[in-house]
Amino acid sequence: MIAEAGLAALWFAAALALLQLALTAFGLAGGKSDLLGAVRPVAVAQGVLTAIAFIALIALFLRSDMSVLLVSTNSHSAKPWLYKFAGTWGNHEGSMLLWVTVMGLAGAAVALFERALRRDTHMATLGGQAAISLGFYAFLLFASNPFARVTPAPQDGQGLNPLLQDPGLAFHPPTLYLGYVGLSVAFSFAIGALLTRNVDASFARAMRPWVLAAWVLLTLGITAGSYWAYYELGWGGWWFWDPVENASLMPWLAATALLHSVTVLATRDSLRAWTVMLAVVAFSMSMVGTFLVRSGILTSVHAFAVDPSRGTFILVLLAFYIGGALALFGWRVGAVREGAQFQMVSRETMLVINNLLLTVILGVVLIGTLYPLMTEAFGHKVSVGPPYFDRVAGPIALTLMLAMAVGPLMRWRRDQAGVVARRIAVPAAIGLVALVTLALTVGRTIGVLPFAGLVIAAGVGVASLAPLWKRNLLRTPLFTWGMVIAHLGCAVSVAGMAADSAFTQEKLVAARPGDRIDAAGWTIVFDRILPIAGDNWTALQADMTVSRGGGTPVAIHPQSRFFTTPPTTTTEAALLTRWNGQLYIVLGQEADQGRWQLRIWWKPFVTFIWLGGALIALGGVLALIGRERRGWQHKWRGRRVEA
Amino acid sequence: MKAKNQRLILALVALIALIGAGLLAASALKDEAAYFYTPGDAKTKGVEPGKAIRLGGMVVKNSLKRATDGVTIHFDVTDGKATVPATFSGIAPDLFKEGSGVVAEGAFDARGTFVATNLLAKHDERYMPRELEGMQYNETSHELKTVGK
Repeated sequence: MIAEAGLAALWFAAALALLQLALTAFGLAGGKSDLLGAVRPVAVAQGVLTAIAFIALIALFLRSDMSVLLVSTNSHSAKPWLYKFAGTWGNHEGSMLLWVTVMGLAGAAVALFERALRRDTHMATLGGQAAISLGFYAFLLFASNPFARVTPAPQDGQGLNPLLQDPGLAFHPPTLYLGYVGLSVAFSFAIGALLTRNVDASFARAMRPWVLAAWVLLTLGITAGSYWAYYELGWGGWWFWDPVENASLMPWLAATALLHSVTVLATRDSLRAWTVMLAVVAFSMSMVGTFLVRSGILTSVHAFAVDPSRGTFILVLLAFYIGGALALFGWRVGAVREGAQFQMVSRETMLVINNLLLTVILGVVLIGTLYPLMTEAFGHKVSVGPPYFDRVAGPIALTLMLAMAVGPLMRWRRDQAGVVARRIAVPAAIGLVALVTLALTVGRTIGVLPFAGLVIAAGVGVASLAPLWKRNLLRTPLFTWGMVIAHLGCAVSVAGMAADSAFTQEKLVAARPGDRIDAAGWTIVFDRILPIAGDNWTALQADMTVSRGGGTPVAIHPQSRFFTTPPTTTTEAALLTRWNGQLYIVLGQEADQGRWQLRIWWKPFVTFIWLGGALIALGGVLALIGRERRGWQHKWRGRRVEA
Repeated sequence: MKAKNQRLILALVALIALIGAGLLAASALKDEAAYFYTPGDAKTKGVEPGKAIRLGGMVVKNSLKRATDGVTIHFDVTDGKATVPATFSGIAPDLFKEGSGVVAEGAFDARGTFVATNLLAKHDERYMPRELEGMQYNETSHELKTVGK
């Protein structure tokens, strides 16, 4: 019954989306504004129904209802409940249902909470949201029904890919999806504003919190995904330039550009057409990502679908929405009037540079990701890997960091080059000190990119704090704090990446229990190896005690885990975190007569990568609270005056 | 400065940036897109020693040998057209085995042995390195793939 109820809820939600689209279309085009009154309740009801469908699927997974095909192929009755729960979206159909649920809830939120937008634009936005949702409902209902039954029902089910059996999986995809789909709101806003010819500062102020929220969630999702890959895959790397990772990076790059241009539009009323364009591009990148991941065109840990008809379906959706939005943009962009002017030396210019650089990075990542697919269409198999991305994206990203250091220290509209130079003198001096120190100490031993990364991180780290200089810290607006912390986070992340690639030390040994290994200043005593059992796995575990410089020994336990359903072995690396780095130990196979392969890494400051990511997201949250609080205060003051 | 001039300058800068990035990407792609080789490609096209590439193929049966240090392995990679010797020091992925597909990252040394720094085997029974699709590989993965549908 639960499965049928879930499916029914999904059909109802799809019908409501159609109704929502029709109401807005006739209401706006025919000038029948009484029709528009029904749009908001319909959008809310649609959101509630998607949530019901999703909860139904969760219930089916938790109850291990093997008569549902999706549950039997992706779950197992002996699995811990957390992974039954997370398994709901650890597969193609479930993740697409999560997608429409997030879209439905986002639409409901726009209907309920959006107050700043002009009414007709608001309604057109909800119409746009319904139009996008409809395509994805169709995809679910016609090509990937999550509630399909199977007869006869199997006893136990096939289980979940053990790599995905990790707490990280429970939270990483939903966060990422909230961000992906959150960008659909920005897309719908852009559509709405183009339709009602309302691209101006007030529109940007209404759109900004939605962009900020989606961007924060994307940032968290990518950061968490990177850390998950780092500790779960056991190869010690944190970014692989895998097409699936790129699929999440590309919307993030576009959203980051959008976030900055929407701020220019909201505060200075410039970059009108460009901002709308970016909103279209950002969600288009989410859809391109979904296409890459879900179409089966690539195989990867993340790609579930192997059915080419689904790929075609998503490709058609993609062409329809992106093409439609670009056509609308081309048709209406002439109606977008020119915004305010600014001088060449101004913060606006720096933000334009920021946008250009982000767009360029987006372009080269997109080219690198799609190039193998294009050549394959002509019969060549190539792969574009880290050497390409590092070489192309690395230098541009570091240039972007420089713009990030200077931008916040410039005034809006016009500034003087000499004054700006004086403001950046201290950060530049600190960068120079870092440069000289590094050149004298490790200069020739590390690569050019890590070297430049460390120098720039030092300069940008200081520059990002400069906007707080000589200010009353308690009175500094929260969104200024947000910017400062997010930019500091970028510097921290870059420092971590550079330190990891410059200074990581690695040791590979075959050792016997009882052996003592010295690696990178650590003493590792391999005490014993023993078999252990978990909920639905068995493992070989190496018990070790590690210490450094005569400090207190700490016990750590790298494992090699064996899962029976499906039969797979996974590596559980042992991580020991210290303030200045991480010790990372992987247990390999038995080499010969009682010797075990061990791979030991000391990774200085590697945790800074994710700490930086968390700071960036925190900055976004502070900016969001700061902007919203200001809005609330205005409202409160307004009420008091009225009273 | 006149507004029109300024827009023109911005548009020009944007154009230059995009063209520059395009050229950069194109030149990097020219160098790096030949990043994936099968043993047959490597033999016919020739890969200079030390150039970082991915080598993909099947691990030849009975070619896997362990060195005495316990962490180095030697094996042969083939695509049916040519076979190259390869060596790897490290922890091989669990699904790395003889008769199965592998993508090795690394470079050829002066003697024509491929020195791998990283081995990508199938992450799990459903995952196959994209470049190896179409090559014949372990039967079990076919079965599971069809069930997975």
